[in-house]
Amino acid sequence: MVEAIYGIKVGTTQVFDKKGNTVCVTAIEAEPCVVVDVKNTEKHGYSAIRVGFGKAREKKLNKPLKGEFDKVGVGYKRFIKEIRVENLEEECKPGDKIDVGVFKAGDRINITGLSKGKGFSGVIKRHNFHRGPMSHGSHSQRRPGSIGMCSTPSRVFKGKKMPGRMGNRRVTILNSEVVDVIGEKNLILVKGSVPGARGNVVLIRKVQG
Amino acid sequence: MNKLSSIENKYLRTDIPDFKAGDRVRVNIKISEENKERIQAFEGIVIRRSGQGIGETFTVRKISFNVGVERTFPVHSPVIHSIEKLDSGDVRRAKLYYLRDLVGKKAKVKFKRE
Repeated sequence: MVEAIYGIKVGTTQVFDKKGNTVCVTAIEAEPCVVVDVKNTEKHGYSAIRVGFGKAREKKLNKPLKGEFDKVGVGYKRFIKEIRVENLEEECKPGDKIDVGVFKAGDRINITGLSKGKGFSGVIKRHNFHRGPMSHGSHSQRRPGSIGMCSTPSRVFKGKKMPGRMGNRRVTILNSEVVDVIGEKNLILVKGSVPGARGNVVLIRKVQG
Repeated sequence: MNKLSSIENKYLRTDIPDFKAGDRVRVNIKISEENKERIQAFEGIVIRRSGQGIGETFTVRKISFNVGVERTFPVHSPVIHSIEKLDSGDVRRAKLYYLRDLVGKKAKVKFKRE
């Protein structure tokens, strides 16, 4: 079975572990993902499964998407996304369901999602620069300071940390721990934080090896 | 938010008595050392309750060998074996931080007569 699932971030709370310690957890709701299509190396150049998840009204889907769901006959889903699988096992075929049961408490997982957008941010927020003096006529309160040398090289090096767009990009949290799996509610409790705002779509993959 | 509260409800305790700031309580704490578990009591005045739901905490203050000692517990923590309410306090405030600055007889809370 593919040890990965798409879910939706529900929010954060805290629970107690067996020792009585408080653990910060993020709840992710992962309804069963339905395999819609299987891609293989010979035909598509890479191996992956296409999964659909979330409820969708028929009106919201266009004809090509409907066609994909109709072919499998599993009802309409809101999202359709791919999960890359290295060694595609034979038993994975369209119509199969992946549910939260592939994870159990104590598993190590990687969580991928789109982080919250911060807009055009300065270097203090974006690159953790220190700020300058706030008073005594200082004008470099949140400025980046010097961005390079003089007439040699008379240019700014590529990759120089500067202000710019921050967030709203694909982020992966590595090696998170599964605290609990609530099968009947399709919920996974993950220790610590998860990228994005509540309602964000995240991909949960088991750490291999 | 209902989905979150359904998770929290699993961890909420129902065997904790009602108590508020000013009450004198004895908190029986489970302590595990080398596979053995014993119970230690911490007795004092509740000086605050803070937060709500699963994250609610309370702080108990007592004077031990002339030194003020405060311990904060999560209300729903499984570490707490039981809480006994010994007296209900007659106080006008929700947070009794003023007790910290008082010593001797003044650092006392009136208790309601049962």
